[in-house]
Amino acid sequence: MELLQIAEPGQSAAPHQHKLAVGIDLGTTNSLVATVRSGLSVVISDELGRPLLPSVVRYLQDDVPAKVGYEAKDAQALDPRNTISSVKRFMGRGLKDIAHRESMPYDFEDSAGMVRVRTVAGSKSPVEVSAEILKTLRERAEASLGGQLVGAVITVPAYFDDAQRQATKDAAKLAGLSVLRLLNEPTAAAIAYGLDNAAEGVYAVYDLGGGTFDISILNLSRGVFEVMSTGGDSALGGDDFDQRIFCWILEAAKLQPLSAEDAHVLLTCAREAKEYLTQHGVAPIRARLNSGEIVDLKLTTEVFTEITRTLVTKTIQPVKKALRDAGLTVDDVKGVVMVGGATRMPQIQRAVGEFFKQEPLNNLDPDKVVALGAAAQANLLAGNRAAGDEWLLLDVIPLSLGLETMGGLVERIIPRNSTIPVARAQEFTTFRDGQTAIAIHVVQGERELVSDCRSLARFELRGIPPMVAGAARIRVTFQVDADGLLSVSARDSTSGAEASVTVKPSYGLSDDEIANMLKDSLAHTKDDAQRRALKEAQVEAQRLIEAVRSALKNDADLLVAEQQSAIETAIAKLQAAMLGEERRDITLAMDAVEVATRDFAARRMDKSIRRAFAGKTVDEIGVISESEDNKHMGEHA
Amino acid sequence: MAVTLSEKAAKHVASYMAKRGKGIGLRLGVRTSGCSGVAYKLEFADAAEPDDVEFESHGVKILIDAKSLPYLDGTELDYAREGLSEGFKFNNPNVKDACGCGESFSV
Repeated sequence: MELLQIAEPGQSAAPHQHKLAVGIDLGTTNSLVATVRSGLSVVISDELGRPLLPSVVRYLQDDVPAKVGYEAKDAQALDPRNTISSVKRFMGRGLKDIAHRESMPYDFEDSAGMVRVRTVAGSKSPVEVSAEILKTLRERAEASLGGQLVGAVITVPAYFDDAQRQATKDAAKLAGLSVLRLLNEPTAAAIAYGLDNAAEGVYAVYDLGGGTFDISILNLSRGVFEVMSTGGDSALGGDDFDQRIFCWILEAAKLQPLSAEDAHVLLTCAREAKEYLTQHGVAPIRARLNSGEIVDLKLTTEVFTEITRTLVTKTIQPVKKALRDAGLTVDDVKGVVMVGGATRMPQIQRAVGEFFKQEPLNNLDPDKVVALGAAAQANLLAGNRAAGDEWLLLDVIPLSLGLETMGGLVERIIPRNSTIPVARAQEFTTFRDGQTAIAIHVVQGERELVSDCRSLARFELRGIPPMVAGAARIRVTFQVDADGLLSVSARDSTSGAEASVTVKPSYGLSDDEIANMLKDSLAHTKDDAQRRALKEAQVEAQRLIEAVRSALKNDADLLVAEQQSAIETAIAKLQAAMLGEERRDITLAMDAVEVATRDFAARRMDKSIRRAFAGKTVDEIGVISESEDNKHMGEHA
Repeated sequence: MAVTLSEKAAKHVASYMAKRGKGIGLRLGVRTSGCSGVAYKLEFADAAEPDDVEFESHGVKILIDAKSLPYLDGTELDYAREGLSEGFKFNNPNVKDACGCGESFSV
């Protein structure tokens, strides 16, 4: 019979309607699955009580299911070509992106988009291999929770790009999992420690796994973590510490070069000694080798610390760099989270504590902390939240949001992949003298021209006091709330006039459409840039003409007839150039107008200064404000 | 009339409550739904209701609304592990017929 869990008050699910959700840490070396039971995140172990699943898949003949986990790992030496480990390093990567591929035992095959591996069961993509791991975890979770999962939160490294993230999503789909969200690993660790409910500020996540080291600097603001910078070393991990002990054993016991089997035995001894030293001051190392030699040594913490000092230092370098990249210093960091089994080593704890000048957070199991955080997030996203629980949404907007400026150009306000909720503001100004209204056209997309983007909304801001072009300051604010709802407001800073609109930006866009829009923007990057430059020149030229015309209207008396006609001729030439497609022609014609009006401009300046100074002391004149390079917006979009 | 917790169940409840950091006890109840008529309710309790009947078992306070009590009288809540699954189990002497999953029952 079904075993029940304790629900939050008033949240007992109707029978058969428990929303089962899990968090999955899909790791390079090991993977885990966790869930929330009676309000508490726990890792789900296999039948033998083992929480970890080695991220290793062994393919057998075509019609035999692949082996995943310990069984596959044990067969690695036996069947290296068909036993794939560390597949995470291949996700979303082409053949040429893979480092040290010549030292790997796999039969790689180049393929469009992503590398593949030829196995006895056929050619496999990293997505398929990862799907095997995810499927094993899904089956484990379903057996434990007694039902189908509504979805999973899967963690990915903070530095994963779109291709790697998409590959992870595809793997989940193939494994029959619905992805509630991909969550950055450091963010998951921070959530596991409840930092999302902690004081706002900067947190560092130090993740030393078996074979990789990652450092992430996160900023928590209004319950949302933002990744400020990342760093690390993809070839540094706990295994390197084993290797150092192994070398020490060889030297201390004065051993001759070893057989592969003996090396394996000693490497296991080395790892056991390392683990023993996290709790003890001295580790015994005893082994009888095939060669008949007997190893009987004692490794002290002091010696271990000494032989691994350079490794520890090697992790601190990327930490310094990540802080520098984020523009921060050690004193800005509010808390440090330790992730990865290798952070159990006392010398690591000490070095990190000394560097950050504070005790790192380490009371959760560093192997499980990412999965535990992912489970907590999955539970919230599945809707199993307690009444009144703050629930944060770490989502990103899929396409950039912006608005139309003169010439049909897009000014991007919120770039795509910004985590929501988010708010950004930018100042705009008027295009014509005496312009009292501006049209605001909100668009979505990655292209440079409005006509190639998706129109979301239009509204007008009226009541701007008449001023010369470029003098008005209109602050436009884009705000996307936690539910993905966009509101755009515009405010004129002199009159206080305001207008706003609310839209749902992702409404009606399928994943495919979003993907197509992104693909489009990549394909058109170059000609978009050229078209944008042309449009910008046209807008600039139009603005110049308007400015000169308005000056002529007011101060024509400062000019003699020939000067005036020279200016008119230059303007006519510029107008002709504007109709063409050559940006160069436009800029040359603009230069000509500038030259023709230089004298005129100087006279106007003298006149207005004389006017301004008449009967005033210097104090009253004040500082001339620097003109800002605000974009112009027209009255009619 | 009484409803009790097994020692194991009480230990788990106490540890969940400690980690949750708030609450006065455990609320048990039934409601009409499910494939066999009535379904169990198992929740943390943050406050007592006026018609609650209270019990205490191994140091854990149990709250049951008066209407639910007849369905639950004599029940012992146990904690069990079955294969990969673990959780709470109602050992209820009033049950005549339970649905296959045990989440709902009739009396």
